[in-house]
Amino acid sequence: MSDLVFDDVTVRYGTARRPFTAVDGVSLVVPEGQVVGLVGESGSGKSTLARAAVGLAPVHSGSILLDGRPLPRRGRERPLQMVFQDPFSSLDPRMTIGESITEALPRDLSRGERRAEVARLLALVHLDPDAARTLPGRLSGGQRQRVALARALAGRPQVVIADEITSALDVSIQGAVLNLVRELQRELGLSMLFISHNLAVVRYVANHVAVMYQGRIVEQGPVSEVLVDPRHDYTRELLAAVPGARTTTAVRAGAPDTPGTPAALVKPRSTS
Amino acid sequence: MARRWLAVVRTPLGLTTGLLVTAVLLLAVVAPILWSDRAEVVDTDQILAAPSGEHWAGTDSLGRDIFFRALVASRLSLELALVATVIGVAAGLLLGAAPLLLGRRLGRLVTAGVNIAVAFPGLLLALFFAVVFGVGATGAVLAIGLAGAPSFARLVHTLVAGVAALDYVSAARVAGVGRFRVLLRHVLPNIAEPLVVNATISAGGALLAFAGLSFLGLGVQAPAYDWGRLLFEGVGMIYVNPAAALAPGLAVLLAGLAFNLFGEVVAKGLGVTTVGGIRLPAATPARSGAERRSEAAKGEHLAMAPSDLVLDVRDLRVSFPGPAGPIRPVRGVTFSVRHGEALGVVGESGSGKSLTALAVARLIEEPGRVEASRMEFRGADLRDGASAHRHLLGTSMAMVFQDPMTSFNPTRRIGGQLAEVAFHHQGMTRKQALARAVERLDAVRVPDPAKRATQYPHEFSGGMRQRAMIGMGVMGTPSLIIADEPTTALDVTVQQQVLDLLQSIRDEDDVALVLISHDVTVVGEVCDRVLVMYAGRIVEDLPADRLDGGARHPYTRALVAAVPDMDTDLDQPLAVVPGRPVDPADVPSGCAFAARCPLADARCRAEDPPLEPAGDGSQVACWHAGEPLGLDGSTGVLVEVRTP
Ligand SMILES: Nc1ncnc2c1ncn2[C@@H]1O[C@H](COP(=O)(O)OP(=O)(O)OP(=O)(O)O)[C@@H](O)[C@H]1O
Ligand code: SF4
Ligand SMILES: [Mg+2]
Repeated sequence: MSDLVFDDVTVRYGTARRPFTAVDGVSLVVPEGQVVGLVGESGSGKSTLARAAVGLAPVHSGSILLDGRPLPRRGRERPLQMVFQDPFSSLDPRMTIGESITEALPRDLSRGERRAEVARLLALVHLDPDAARTLPGRLSGGQRQRVALARALAGRPQVVIADEITSALDVSIQGAVLNLVRELQRELGLSMLFISHNLAVVRYVANHVAVMYQGRIVEQGPVSEVLVDPRHDYTRELLAAVPGARTTTAVRAGAPDTPGTPAALVKPRSTS
Repeated sequence: MARRWLAVVRTPLGLTTGLLVTAVLLLAVVAPILWSDRAEVVDTDQILAAPSGEHWAGTDSLGRDIFFRALVASRLSLELALVATVIGVAAGLLLGAAPLLLGRRLGRLVTAGVNIAVAFPGLLLALFFAVVFGVGATGAVLAIGLAGAPSFARLVHTLVAGVAALDYVSAARVAGVGRFRVLLRHVLPNIAEPLVVNATISAGGALLAFAGLSFLGLGVQAPAYDWGRLLFEGVGMIYVNPAAALAPGLAVLLAGLAFNLFGEVVAKGLGVTTVGGIRLPAATPARSGAERRSEAAKGEHLAMAPSDLVLDVRDLRVSFPGPAGPIRPVRGVTFSVRHGEALGVVGESGSGKSLTALAVARLIEEPGRVEASRMEFRGADLRDGASAHRHLLGTSMAMVFQDPMTSFNPTRRIGGQLAEVAFHHQGMTRKQALARAVERLDAVRVPDPAKRATQYPHEFSGGMRQRAMIGMGVMGTPSLIIADEPTTALDVTVQQQVLDLLQSIRDEDDVALVLISHDVTVVGEVCDRVLVMYAGRIVEDLPADRLDGGARHPYTRALVAAVPDMDTDLDQPLAVVPGRPVDPADVPSGCAFAARCPLADARCRAEDPPLEPAGDGSQVACWHAGEPLGLDGSTGVLVEVRTP
């Protein structure tokens, strides 16, 4: 059972005398094969939690376990991979796409196997295998983000953490990347921690959702419960602030301002 | 990169210093070959001769020609300086990269040590090492090299930290790439440029330092000689023949300055030139008081111009010179904004949204060209002269930029940077300006604004930095706010607060808003009217409440369907616009969207549809506006729905 478990994790920055607690006793489970959406305002500690999981931020106390074991911090085997927010800074501008992906592949592959694997991964994210020879500078943001996804998958991870992977993208590409995330997750049975500040995006890709506020998780549960019947005030505030929520319910339908009601959520959308 | 270096060398100062450095290097190579004999020859008849036609700088105590000695000495002087620089850079690299390799704790120790070493004067360190390593050239090289190491270590440390914070380094580490490999493959190649530049500068310094040591008798020992040694000998006979000291002294000065200046020029050149795209200027440049006063007068004049339109733009075109003819990112945009109106501009990146805004704010810099048949702001023609209208920013036109990282100066406190605007443009005292800055920070919901105002940009989270940027935009009392992707990086609650803030400013003072965003939902909620841009043109102009369901252009409809909202059907893929955006250097004839459009036919590919009124207050540029579209259930690609 490869559940990713955060157990009472605290992350502190700053000096011993003036500590700043960015993540404060967070417990969270990403069950095998499920997508957990993590939402919350900026500075609430979402990214810090993700960075702690992959070893980029120091864990002050608590533990992060995969299959009941601590995550390996040394060596090539990294069962937890991360995709970053900004597709323009997450690829080394001086390395070709192929080199970037190869770097994350297991070491024991032959040269030919590596090339084949890069081609397979690129095809998996719907990129032309010839793209392996190009530098990231020639790719669009959406294409770069797909390369970043391919690189994360190269290490054959059990869990992928996606930190705001669509917020730096154009809307016209956002849809394609979200479709891809859903498709990959279903095909590969990945577990995912999907961080986003966009509730509509989380609703679209995740099964569970956790709401983070000032370094703590204030509410978590199945998407269908949390987003329909929020218990915490902050979650309600989040729901009320979803762009379009006010327009749909208040302006367009001339109804009073009751965003986030169950009715609004189940209304089917027509594509004319 | 090569092109950037070339551009630097093309500037007059770059060319002069570059040639000088080349000349000095060349001299060092050829001088000993050509003139060694003349420099060594001992002429007992001519001991301590004054300058003459035969000996330009006179002779020394053995009758050797000083001018030629100075020329020949260039080899040894440069060699020693370069070796010392290499030692300094190598040691600096090791020390500077140590924190990355050793991990947090040991790294901190090394950094602390380096910081202490940096505080010692370099020459003192050199003297110390010279004593340790013994008098002589070797000792001096080691001394000067190692004395330069701490400052290099600090530079490397800063550069490494900058690159190491980037996501691609994090990504490599998450992928299990070892620290050493990360350093070699990702970090060093990306900091090579500033390192080389700084090494050049410090080579100049090493040259001077060497002369100093040799002059003190701690460097090169006879019979070998470098410039410092010659200077040392020359000073001994300065009353007999001043030229004996002057010649090597001048040589040191010239060569040292050449390296130093060349490095500085290159550093400056590379620092301000950017590759590709335009550089957004940081908020508002500081200006002299006189300039400010005359601008204030103009501002009053503008305020009296009567018109219902705040902004009226006709046939706006923006172009840049490109390798194969001009690039035209904005190709004839016509729109106007009424008092108090909120106009949204949507479109994918590269569609010309930001350039349209920058053109209006007169912020497009050379070699960009802006043309328009009309461009009026509150009745004043914006086209006559960019500088005359710069003052609009900060007074009656506010601009909120997309990227808060580059819009703030990283070395100054946030509060001070906001106050700057009020101080320069609104004639406030520094104290008033700072109070207003705190008040605005509070208004954009930066928590604990008084304390936050004293912090530096890097101490703000991404979201907070963006809020502060918006606070800067509303420091004045603008009649038009142009906000370019102001909430893109914000989470929804803050985004809502910021949009509400913009809304309240609009309500209070009848301020017009141009909101540029790629987020259709945001624009749809905030704005009265929406312009949809594609490939530098407006393809649809419609009331915001018609976006969802009422749009006619296939591109607008795809955009709307590509974003999930709280009603999106979870069993359907999101709409995908296939293909890539149009390259502004190569705009196809006919409708620019044809290659990606499910409705395109032969006419679309041949004729560009004009933007024409389509009733109910909207305009659309499409031959097949409003024809039915469907969504492919497996890929999300939009398809034509054929009606029988
Ligand atoms: N290296 C650091 N040193 C000090 N404080 C930090 C550091 N990194 C983050 N913080 C602080 O930690 C808090 C949480 O930051 P984090 O980046 O996790 O937020 P986030 O939820 O991802 O926000 P955003 O949506 O803006 O990215 C913020 O208040 C931030 O100022
Ligand atoms: S004019 Fe033709 S190609 Fe262009 S958007 Fe309309 S239907 Fe598509
Ligand atoms: Mg974040």
